[in-house]
Amino acid sequence: MSPILEIKNLYKSYGTTEILKDINVSIEPGDFLVLVGPSGCGKSTLLNCIAGLEPITGGSVNIDGKDMTHVSPKDRDIAMVFQSYALYPTMSVAKNITFGMKVRGVDQATQDKKLAQVAAQLQIEPLLNRRPGQLSGGQRQRVAMGRALVRDPKLFLFDEPLSNLDAKLRVEMRSEIKSLHHNLGASMVYVTHDQIEAMTLATKIVVMKGGVIQQIGSPAEIYNRPANLFVADFMGSPAMNLIPAKAHSADGGTRIEITRKSGEPIVLTDTKNRDLPEDVILGVRPEDIADPDLRGAEAAQAAECLIDMVEPAGADTFAVMQLGGKHVTARLHAETTAKPGQPKRLSFDLGKVSYFAPETGLRLN
Amino acid sequence: MTDISMTSAQSQSQTGKIVLRWLLYIALGLFALFYLMPLFVMITTSLKSLDEIRTGDLIALPREVTFDAWRTAWSGACTGIQCEGVRPYFWNSILIAIPAVAISTLLGAMNGYVVAHWRFRGANIIFSLMLFGCFIPFQVVLLPMARTLGIMGIAGTIPGLIFVHVIYGLGFTTLFFRNYYVTIPSELTKAAKVDGAGFFRIFWSIFLPLSLPIIVVTVIWQFTQIWNDFLFGVSFSQAGTQPVTVALNNIVNSTTGVKEYNVDMAAAIIAALPTLFVYVVAGKYFIRGLTAGSVKG
Repeated sequence: MSPILEIKNLYKSYGTTEILKDINVSIEPGDFLVLVGPSGCGKSTLLNCIAGLEPITGGSVNIDGKDMTHVSPKDRDIAMVFQSYALYPTMSVAKNITFGMKVRGVDQATQDKKLAQVAAQLQIEPLLNRRPGQLSGGQRQRVAMGRALVRDPKLFLFDEPLSNLDAKLRVEMRSEIKSLHHNLGASMVYVTHDQIEAMTLATKIVVMKGGVIQQIGSPAEIYNRPANLFVADFMGSPAMNLIPAKAHSADGGTRIEITRKSGEPIVLTDTKNRDLPEDVILGVRPEDIADPDLRGAEAAQAAECLIDMVEPAGADTFAVMQLGGKHVTARLHAETTAKPGQPKRLSFDLGKVSYFAPETGLRLN
Repeated sequence: MTDISMTSAQSQSQTGKIVLRWLLYIALGLFALFYLMPLFVMITTSLKSLDEIRTGDLIALPREVTFDAWRTAWSGACTGIQCEGVRPYFWNSILIAIPAVAISTLLGAMNGYVVAHWRFRGANIIFSLMLFGCFIPFQVVLLPMARTLGIMGIAGTIPGLIFVHVIYGLGFTTLFFRNYYVTIPSELTKAAKVDGAGFFRIFWSIFLPLSLPIIVVTVIWQFTQIWNDFLFGVSFSQAGTQPVTVALNNIVNSTTGVKEYNVDMAAAIIAALPTLFVYVVAGKYFIRGLTAGSVKG
């Protein structure tokens, strides 16, 4: 199958400021690509370049096998949903949805049929005669989706569509977008700064920083095998623990030594990874530091740790401690016995551990 | 005890408040009276006969109300040798003001739309230059403009005056519309572009329908400017194409013999009526437009 979207060596600069550097991404039909990164990383600019709303400085954009680099947005067979929804304020909901078809000269009967179809799909029939100003945030979001759906495009583009909604509605709309993607089998590109949104929605994630792609991969790959310290730190909540440590080859694997402010260093043995340099940064997810009784994994090893702080979060309790000069978070059972200021035996699971080089920040294993 | 002293102190401050409030109203009322005095004198004088003006008191009400002065001012007062009142000049002013207001408003809207939403290289420079145009004293441009009108062959004509007013209104109308349109999110333009709409389609279908409040502001501003203009009117007109302000000046300044104060007053009021009308009518829409905008959210 040929890729539905293929971006090759894309560069974008404003004057002398380079916004995007050598972007290469391609997705297959039916993929849900999420561009994620902190503010100012260029993800929205990249989306605008895909839409043709921003001219690009170099490289090419292909949509469904056709070179669209210099084609205007209306001829790219795309639909876009914006952060502010961008509904036309003086038009009714129905007019908003049919505006594109009207501009294109689609006949009235087809317009009515498609409008009814989309309105039913999104359950917005009662709103069709209202103005955007009379709608709630969630309803506006639906109308904006309707305007995109009615086009039946090759590619859907979403520019942080949920960031103006309150937390509860955001989760609702998120699963709705997910089921929409599932039902339509459509190809989508979605921009967000929310890594949880990225993880839940994507079939493929692009993590960006400073206009450069840091890593491309499935949510599991990005989560379990982050390519560098930035990705490790950015994806996951609470963030991955990044602990400076010393690695020594030993019998049956590698001995990992983590210094502590007070007391003996923690020594762990990694049986899977060998030939590490001496100085490493150990990346451990909070869920891989847990109550010992709950872990049967062979890679798990217990160590006594002084707990600084305990943060109950309902389903889990997070315990914070100091290891290797860093705050380290452990995801413990809700009914854990951990108390601030008291030592607690914790088990470290090195089965999914990551190692990074301190100087370059790149992944070692 | 404490309760009683509390309430008396309270009622005292209450009385103090009421007294202050009344003093404020009286002062405001006096200011308003002072401000309305000239209008009062103009209206009463215009309704008096010449005899009564000569013998009576300036601020007295007319003993006998007569509309003769109004009739004369409208259709009989003399400007130099012609005695046809302000009527033909009033129509000249309308023929100048309405197209000039319409054209400068429409062009200003288009300019503002381009400067705010279709950024191009040098857009800022062009906008700054147009802004600069707002602050050029009109006296400075009289001679170059006279030459330009001459070259274009419309010197001394009503289209010529329309042209001049459009040119000198554009700076302000562009500024008004540009400042209004920059508050409209650029995502709206992007959404319309993705929907397939082009430059003019976006302007007509999306921006103009949003513009009522700023159109009203611009129309009030431009109409007042153009209607009340004297300098361009006197410089670029000839007999037969003068606007009402110039005619008013001629009527007041070129009477020989007895000064007909009642006619002068009536003519002045006639000349001022249209701007008053625009304020009263459009002002209502102006406020309505503003509130509509604030509820929009």
